[in-house]
Amino acid sequence: MSLDTATVRRVASLARIRVEEDELPRLQTELNDILGWIEQLQAVDTQGVEPMSGGGNQALRLREDRVTDGGIQQEVLANAPGRADVFFSVPKVVE
Amino acid sequence: MNALTDLTLAEARAALVKRDVSAVELTQSFLTAIEALNPRLNAYITVTPEQALAQAHAAEAALARGEARPLTGIPLAIKDLFCTAGIRTTAASRILGNFVPPYESTVTANLLRDGAVFLGKANLDEFAMGSSNANSAFGGVENPWHREGEPDTALVPGGSSGGSAAAVAARLALGATATDTGGSIRQPAAFCGIAGIKPTYGRVSRFGIVAFASSLDQAGPVARTVEDCAILLGSMAGFDARDSTSADLPVPDFAAACARGVKGLRIGIPKEYRLDGMATEIEALWQQGIAWLRDAGATTVEISLPHTKYALPTYYIVAPAEASSNLARYDGVRFGLREEGEDLKDLYERTRRAGFGEEVRRRILIGTYVLSAGYYDAYYLKAQRVRALIKRDFDEAWGKVDAILTPATPSAAFGRDEKQNDPVAMYLNDVFTVTANLAGIPGLSVPAGLDAKGLPLGLQVLGRPFDEETVFAVGHAIERAARFTATPSLRAAA
Amino acid sequence: MSYTLEGATGPWEVVIGLEVHAQITSQAKLFSGAATEFGAEPNSQVSFVDAGFPGMLPVINGECVAQAVRTGLGLNAKVNLWSRFDRKNYFYADLPQGYQISQFEFPVIGTGEIEITLADGSVKNIGITRLHLEQDAGKSLHDQHPSKSYIDLNRSGVALMEIVSEPDLRSPEEAGAYLTKLRQILRYLGTCDGNMEQGSLRADVNVSVRKAGEGFRTRCEVKNVNSIRYVMQAVEAEARRQIEVWEEGGEVVQETRLFDTSRGVTRSMRSKEDAHDYRYFPDPDLPPLVIEAAWVEQLKAALPELPDARRARYVGEYGLTPYDAHVLTLEKETAAFYETVAKGRDPKVAANWVTGDFFAGLNRTGRSIANSPVSAGDLGALLDLLKDNTLSGKLAKEVLEVMVDTGRPPAEIVEQRGMRQVTDTGAIEAVIDDVMARNADKVAEYRGGKDKLFGFFVGQTMKAMQGKGNPTLVNDLLKRKLG
Repeated sequence: MSLDTATVRRVASLARIRVEEDELPRLQTELNDILGWIEQLQAVDTQGVEPMSGGGNQALRLREDRVTDGGIQQEVLANAPGRADVFFSVPKVVE
Repeated sequence: MNALTDLTLAEARAALVKRDVSAVELTQSFLTAIEALNPRLNAYITVTPEQALAQAHAAEAALARGEARPLTGIPLAIKDLFCTAGIRTTAASRILGNFVPPYESTVTANLLRDGAVFLGKANLDEFAMGSSNANSAFGGVENPWHREGEPDTALVPGGSSGGSAAAVAARLALGATATDTGGSIRQPAAFCGIAGIKPTYGRVSRFGIVAFASSLDQAGPVARTVEDCAILLGSMAGFDARDSTSADLPVPDFAAACARGVKGLRIGIPKEYRLDGMATEIEALWQQGIAWLRDAGATTVEISLPHTKYALPTYYIVAPAEASSNLARYDGVRFGLREEGEDLKDLYERTRRAGFGEEVRRRILIGTYVLSAGYYDAYYLKAQRVRALIKRDFDEAWGKVDAILTPATPSAAFGRDEKQNDPVAMYLNDVFTVTANLAGIPGLSVPAGLDAKGLPLGLQVLGRPFDEETVFAVGHAIERAARFTATPSLRAAA
Repeated sequence: MSYTLEGATGPWEVVIGLEVHAQITSQAKLFSGAATEFGAEPNSQVSFVDAGFPGMLPVINGECVAQAVRTGLGLNAKVNLWSRFDRKNYFYADLPQGYQISQFEFPVIGTGEIEITLADGSVKNIGITRLHLEQDAGKSLHDQHPSKSYIDLNRSGVALMEIVSEPDLRSPEEAGAYLTKLRQILRYLGTCDGNMEQGSLRADVNVSVRKAGEGFRTRCEVKNVNSIRYVMQAVEAEARRQIEVWEEGGEVVQETRLFDTSRGVTRSMRSKEDAHDYRYFPDPDLPPLVIEAAWVEQLKAALPELPDARRARYVGEYGLTPYDAHVLTLEKETAAFYETVAKGRDPKVAANWVTGDFFAGLNRTGRSIANSPVSAGDLGALLDLLKDNTLSGKLAKEVLEVMVDTGRPPAEIVEQRGMRQVTDTGAIEAVIDDVMARNADKVAEYRGGKDKLFGFFVGQTMKAMQGKGNPTLVNDLLKRKLG
């Protein structure tokens, strides 16, 4: 599987990373090199092998239903690069 | 008499408790050393002398009252991936801007509870992605070691915990926190001639550590000796209800385990770690390690971990995939950098373009691609199946052996300008370390010798899940046999 | 007869499936300890986890899992003892982590079924595909500033159940009945308050149209419809739009749309352009959710009686009409109120009074069961006064009106206003004698065969007694004296 420039553009858009047109060829080559190298995995026989997700093998621990957090409005907003009073603010979104 | 900065952590602790040394004096000597060397080494992104001295004064008072905790008065460097309340935390990225966390990571909170003094925040590869520390928005770190006769050729300290390793090697801290996703503790430890352990996944809480790849990330210490690592891990580790992947197990006395010896232990030597074209010095060091362990009473057994060669490509699917999702929160809305745009999407794209460095952007794109519609099964799911096979290789090995010995890295530290233009060549640095992350097992890097140019080389000890004690015992035996006393050319009081 | 919409090319069938997002009733959020209360000061019920801060990790709220299991049991569905959380990745201003933690591949609840009743009395089973747990997003306010949207994260991380139906619904009425029934079950279970105005219950409506006998055509999803009436309107509006597209030779494109309630039409949603590539993968911060079978049994044993069972009991045990049973079980609070009134009394009489004069009184005063001025105990006491002949039926109705207006207990009203009925035959006879004396001509006519005049004498007697005469005694005594 190798990436064409349209795919690189689409992936960059999905990832919300601006990519300039003149960077595309180099990026495309780099990504294809990495993907080409990863491709060797296809040689491994994984028939019947359960995929391993997560690093450990325990089950979820259930937390008690108690209010133990929140009530820190100013702390939550303190680092905001765009803020309007008690809200975060962003350019207007059209739904 | 040795300078205070030359003490090991264990020695410093003993001297503090005996009141031979004052905590303030000790901290001050490290701050002085940092002032002298950090401008060149760039091991710290942020130095916090006022906080450190205040903590040292508090430690001094506690010591005077006879209330010493395990780390009272011990000056440490904190990798700038751990959130520290009220202290800027950068992950070595522009995108975090001047982010000041209002909270403390569990690891640093545990260290503070045990009386540690924080000298500052150590440099790293941006978001812990890299093996050279070149990917830092705050500039690279210089390895305090130099090739014999080449004092002006700057070498990399390894990565991503390059600042932590360089700081400890150069005597700019007694120990440091670090994190390891594919080798980010063990590879820089080996490059800088110090010890470092990545514990079992779940041993140390990830709460408050900026995430790279959640199923692989584990925090651990780097320090100059195996015992110092054991002391630090004892404080860092422990169950934390705020991390759902934290293991609810008691923390053993790791430091005590160091002295257990290796008599009767079976040590596995995996044949797949013998790479084609591997430097003869690495092979020789490995053989030397085998001999040392046999001399100390262990038996060695050749074992096979057949899926080893697929570990790196597996890692370079799993880690970027998780990273692409973990790093989505850096969007210029609630904290960190914002680049204004004509609409929200444009704001996101400009912010993330300006905020993330090249390697981080590359990995986010790879991760986004391998998870995207139509490719998930071929890449991500395939990788998770191979990961299960890699883990199974180890599970089967534990039936035959108690620990595994391998080289820590395929080479000694390289020059700053080498390997920088070939991502895949850079990724190969982690070839011996990455399997432990995929399998979730503990791995310790121990300085064991020097190459022909006088650069340190490390050996790696792998162990069963949650059996760091055996790993420490084996590592300590190697350390004793190796009598590694070489010191880097750049260090405090040198 | 089945529902169709008439197009230029003939009738079209409508196929509907609902994805209902129900906010779980819990104190704290799904993965953080912040509060869930509605209407708090913006960004005041937000933890660093909810705001997606660096290094923050999710820890699951066990009660939210219990609520999902209870709901699954209430929907006659399979409880999956092993399930898992996945990340659904997309960028949006009110989605702080850049992903929503949801259950994509392995939901906690599998297939189930509920029964809906339609206006013509027919019943239909609607399949439930699955129920899964997920986090809610925050709220974007678009109307506070000319060029900015404001973000409030209070809702971010609140636990939701997404309940997905099979595409079994065939008309706006069925969609409405399904949502009504689902809401009723959730409210009985206490797993969701069902408050649609506050957004505790919202529906994504999947609509497609087809000609009779065809397979499914392309569907569109109308997002976030927040009332049962709007769901019904949105189904019809979207179906009509699709019919027009097909009939004009076009192709319906699978997409996410919004229902414009003021104009009654649906429109394409711009912000969902990445909707087809959510890059789901297992959340590495969360090990699998493993549930003990014994725990499920424990939750099952503690489940409250559900509306279907209760309705059947009212018909079977109490002998109520199916209609009364239906009305009384619609809301859990109504059923509880009714049962208190009926306890130790004639259940049919109790049903008549609750559904009749009591409901009328609530209507008249714009109240509901929840803030009723009349307690169930007081209404029961009123029925006791009726039974022991302290009150006539007519008097009881009057007393109830006063109860509705004043909230006072019936005995007190009867005492203070002297509304007790008269059962003293001597007293009644004296009044009758007086009425007969004043209407001697009518007495003669009656005795001459004009039977219809009997009602006149009853009226006159009651009037003279200010309505307090016991009607049976008045009748009996009049008959005897006139006869």
